[in-house]
Amino acid sequence: MPLPTGDVIGILADNLRLRKSVLPISTRNATRWARGLDLPHGGETVIYTGLMYQLIPYIEGLVKAETRLADSPLARLTPLGRRLNRVVNISAFMARPSAGMKALYDQVPINVARLLRQAGVEFGYLYKDDLYTGALAHDLGADEVVLEHARRVHGVLKKHGVKTAITLDPHTTNMLRSVYPKLLSDFDVQVKTYLEVLAEKEPIPRTALSGELVIHDSCVFSRYENIVDEPRTLLVATGMKIKEPEKSGRMTWCCGGPVESLYPDKAHANAQKRVEQLRAAGSEVVTMCPMCYVNLSGAAPEGVVFNDISHYLYRAFVA
Amino acid sequence: MSTLVDPGLAAAVGTHEEFDAAACMNCGVCTAVCPMGIEVLPRRLFRYVLLGMEEQVLQETESVYSCLLCKMCEVNCPAGVHIAENVRSLRHHLNRKVFGL
Repeated sequence: MPLPTGDVIGILADNLRLRKSVLPISTRNATRWARGLDLPHGGETVIYTGLMYQLIPYIEGLVKAETRLADSPLARLTPLGRRLNRVVNISAFMARPSAGMKALYDQVPINVARLLRQAGVEFGYLYKDDLYTGALAHDLGADEVVLEHARRVHGVLKKHGVKTAITLDPHTTNMLRSVYPKLLSDFDVQVKTYLEVLAEKEPIPRTALSGELVIHDSCVFSRYENIVDEPRTLLVATGMKIKEPEKSGRMTWCCGGPVESLYPDKAHANAQKRVEQLRAAGSEVVTMCPMCYVNLSGAAPEGVVFNDISHYLYRAFVA
Repeated sequence: MSTLVDPGLAAAVGTHEEFDAAACMNCGVCTAVCPMGIEVLPRRLFRYVLLGMEEQVLQETESVYSCLLCKMCEVNCPAGVHIAENVRSLRHHLNRKVFGL
């Protein structure tokens, strides 16, 4: 039995309203990846993580806790949990990822920052003001809370004088590029993914890679943001051969991630179907969204390897 | 004499400018291509909304929140309906009507 839908949405929306993220994490955990990179504070062009990669270990922890809770008599206490969560951040107690998991997901923004630097892009970072954009709450229809939060994020961007935000993941990109301009009539920040920025630079690899990769397109990148060619252009430039699975590009098949917070079993079943399609094309798969990565790798049998696209780009263009 | 069609529900759900369920021509492509295999979404659900059949909509609450919003249906829809945004609009309505959010 899944947990009560309304209470789960309520907890996520309350967290966004009260703590600036559907699943709050400390500033230390959100910005740890930037240690040692010496990134300038703010600037007209910034790398904007929207916390998506940093949040995944905590979301995973929470979903596991939810699954355990759903199978126990404590599930009946979920409405009480929502009331308590308004006072004490109980969702943070439920999700406690390992240091290894946190390091794995921190590696993506590290890779991206080094790739941008190698390509000659000048950018800063907002540190504690690099806020989650509200993507999950928007998907769940919590529109009033998302509008309030979008105003908060816009205020922070204006305060720092940001004109261009370079994003990493599909969900942050979609919120800033397509949703915020509909919510906020004066939102005029230019939003580009690092894949688009790098593809325009036509980088030459320092270390040519070899081998074959099966590409898994993100629904949000391909169908919401029309980002299909850039990841392919960059991966081909690394020297690797790209293999297209049964469903790819604009007709890609969803990883199941969007329903994980409410129905983990349904998300997993969908991920298993997608893994079978990918596996038929090869055993090494490249993803470009943290939600896709965590859902698909969690449903993969032994012998099928998943890596974020930044892993290959970093090895080819920076290492 | 009472009427079958009650436009009140569509008006309540369709506060978003992109809510365009009326453009659906009920061809069934969306259902055929849905990765989740959700039978009711979106064409029959939209019809319930347009007809004001709120009880049937409420019975499908889990289906509404099980949609991935992946837009596989939308890019294949011959009528160009904004299916994902329509489903999101329904969630917003259910959040208020059912869950009191």
